[in-house]
Amino acid sequence: MNNKYTYKIGMQIMVFVFCIASFFAISGCATDDNQTVATFTELVMADEFSVDGTIDSSIWGFDIGTGENGWGNNELQYYTDRPENVTVQNGVLIITAKEEQFNGASYTSARLLTRGKFEQTYGRFEARIRLPYGKGIWPAFWLLGDDSNGSEIWPDIGEIDIMEYVGDQPSRMFGTVHGPGYSGGESISKGYVLENDRFDTGFHIFGIEWGPDYINYYVDDVLYNQITPDDVPGEWVFNRGPFYIILNVAVGGALPGSPNAETVFPQTMLVDYVRVYKTNN
Amino acid sequence: MKNIIFTYRKMTFLLGLIFTITVSCERELSDEAVFASFPATAEIFTDTPVGLGTNFYFPYNGSKATAWTVDNQVSYEGNASMRFDVPNANDPDGNFAGAIFRIDGDGSGRDLSGYDALTFWAKASQAVTIGEVGFGEDFGENKFVTTRTNLDLTTNWVKYVVPIPDASKLIQERGLLRYAAGGIGSLGAEVGYTFWMDEVKFEKLGTVAQPQPVILNGQDLEQQSFNGSQIDLAASGLTQTFNVNGRNISVNTTPAFFEFTSSNPSIASVNENGLITILGEGTASVTASLNGVLAQGSLEVTSSGDLAESPVPTRPAENVKSIFSDAYTDVTESNFNPGFGGSSTQTAQANLNGNSVQIYTNNNFTGIIFNNTVDASALSHLHVDVYTQQASTSFEIQIRDIGANGEIETNVFTGFPDGDDKDFRFTVSGLTAGAWTSVEIPLSGDIAAQKNNLGALILVGGPDFILDNIYFYSE
Repeated sequence: MNNKYTYKIGMQIMVFVFCIASFFAISGCATDDNQTVATFTELVMADEFSVDGTIDSSIWGFDIGTGENGWGNNELQYYTDRPENVTVQNGVLIITAKEEQFNGASYTSARLLTRGKFEQTYGRFEARIRLPYGKGIWPAFWLLGDDSNGSEIWPDIGEIDIMEYVGDQPSRMFGTVHGPGYSGGESISKGYVLENDRFDTGFHIFGIEWGPDYINYYVDDVLYNQITPDDVPGEWVFNRGPFYIILNVAVGGALPGSPNAETVFPQTMLVDYVRVYKTNN
Repeated sequence: MKNIIFTYRKMTFLLGLIFTITVSCERELSDEAVFASFPATAEIFTDTPVGLGTNFYFPYNGSKATAWTVDNQVSYEGNASMRFDVPNANDPDGNFAGAIFRIDGDGSGRDLSGYDALTFWAKASQAVTIGEVGFGEDFGENKFVTTRTNLDLTTNWVKYVVPIPDASKLIQERGLLRYAAGGIGSLGAEVGYTFWMDEVKFEKLGTVAQPQPVILNGQDLEQQSFNGSQIDLAASGLTQTFNVNGRNISVNTTPAFFEFTSSNPSIASVNENGLITILGEGTASVTASLNGVLAQGSLEVTSSGDLAESPVPTRPAENVKSIFSDAYTDVTESNFNPGFGGSSTQTAQANLNGNSVQIYTNNNFTGIIFNNTVDASALSHLHVDVYTQQASTSFEIQIRDIGANGEIETNVFTGFPDGDDKDFRFTVSGLTAGAWTSVEIPLSGDIAAQKNNLGALILVGGPDFILDNIYFYSE
């Protein structure tokens, strides 16, 4: 009598276990579809842009002007820190490229950088961004190596472009590294194309996971490139010194070409967050 | 004790079952309240027409009805394509190719709400620009006619995209494809060619974005008007533009995709067809949106209230042959919108205080074409009442006798009458701003001796004006 009852319970437990097992089997399939794109999880810096109207000056500074003979790329915009060009609203950072005459330039925009405020070697750098669109629009989320107060110059300092994009190819972004012997047109770059979607109609996550002798590039849940010293024809300049973050929207310049009649202004880049994690290594 | 617990479990299971069934029942009920759904089939033509039924090809009037065939020798994919033989201008069976492809059967249709574009591959026997390709025309309400114009075809297969302005509206569409193409070359001597389309279907591309709807060609216009007059926003064209893979593609479309809004409906109301009716004195702004996106272009209408009443004619009816007047019976119907090429003039008939008038705006030239000629042999003058709000202005009225052959013949180089036509040209001036001026024009000059087949009044230049009481009479 007693034994029989135990047996019954046992059957129930087995059925239950079977159910749980099939549940795991199903969700296991779903998990396999998502690549693990990042493993560094210890957050060291984050700007969630949660205070409207305020750019956190403990994290961000601004480049002002056209950057001619300096950091410019023959671009057409004049960078300002005016709220018309850069502000925080509804929990997102908004960088706005406008068509207007301003100090001799025909366009204005903004370029934020963490130089001297937040710099780090290695780690995971990630931002969630909705991009602008249109011919001549060139937004970027990128890192530059510290130049030791001007004693070192680009490209020796190194440049890691986490996200670049030209507005007349709204489904394609690209990630790039520049260094000595592989800068500008010879830089090491790879594009990633969204299938049946665009970068200007919704937010997407752009990130790198960067450690000694490697940089992994990902978009959303897709790890689409890894760059190592074997991939660069010159010195690997990413194992030394800290890098700082830059967020900007350029107008014109050699890479995207000039805006045309179809380019709509103003154009906005929306940044939901910027997060930086420490390397596990 | 343990047995009892076991029984509870059974009951719980039973209760669960009942609950589940009940929930299912409710779902079925709410499902029935939804629109009847139509198939979402994407394909129109792969190697054969897909799901169109038997009777689906309807050529336009005047087009060559046999222009479309299935070509089993040529294809982009599979083993056949749609072949269109555009005729020469002198083809007795029709001087252009054009038709709609409509699903056979009343009450049929497709649910296209899950797509964002009509797509197809095409090439031609030579590089050529074809006039129109689109969808939404069913020869019924033609509610959602959407057309991409001037598609440049090459001799290689290229994929073309015709964006859907707002797919959520297309839950039962019968008109899946429309096209129109004429020959190439000088007017009247066009030469035909052949083009092919393959893999014609609706798609969800995901790359069709950044809508830019436009009304009134994107202009913010101001217009003076009067109570009772009407303005048709669709007349100047409605377009939707999308950025597709980085480049703009525009389509011409219909009011049914738009929502129209008046800032003050008691001054100017606007209906779902984009027809504005002026109701009261004051200013109202009319704007439009498409799927929640504000369209470029707007119209600010200012109504001066009721239009001053036009003079009441006093001549006895037996001395009058009337073209347009509430005081007399018209001797002929007339076309007040002849659609002359190059004409910017907009004409609207309005009923103001129970009296019909013709309102002319954006004038360069237009005409009033009589459906039947008027014999004015026994008559001496043309009478017209003219109202304008602009002082020191004038315009020309040309009274045209079209001769025995009943055709308006004009020398295309000089603009003067040709063949057996004669005219008399009269400049209307001395107009008083803000009041009606009665104009009496003698039937003199070249028509003094030939006025038995009067066929048209041509109106040239001038400010915005309003006409009433247009009639011929004897003194």
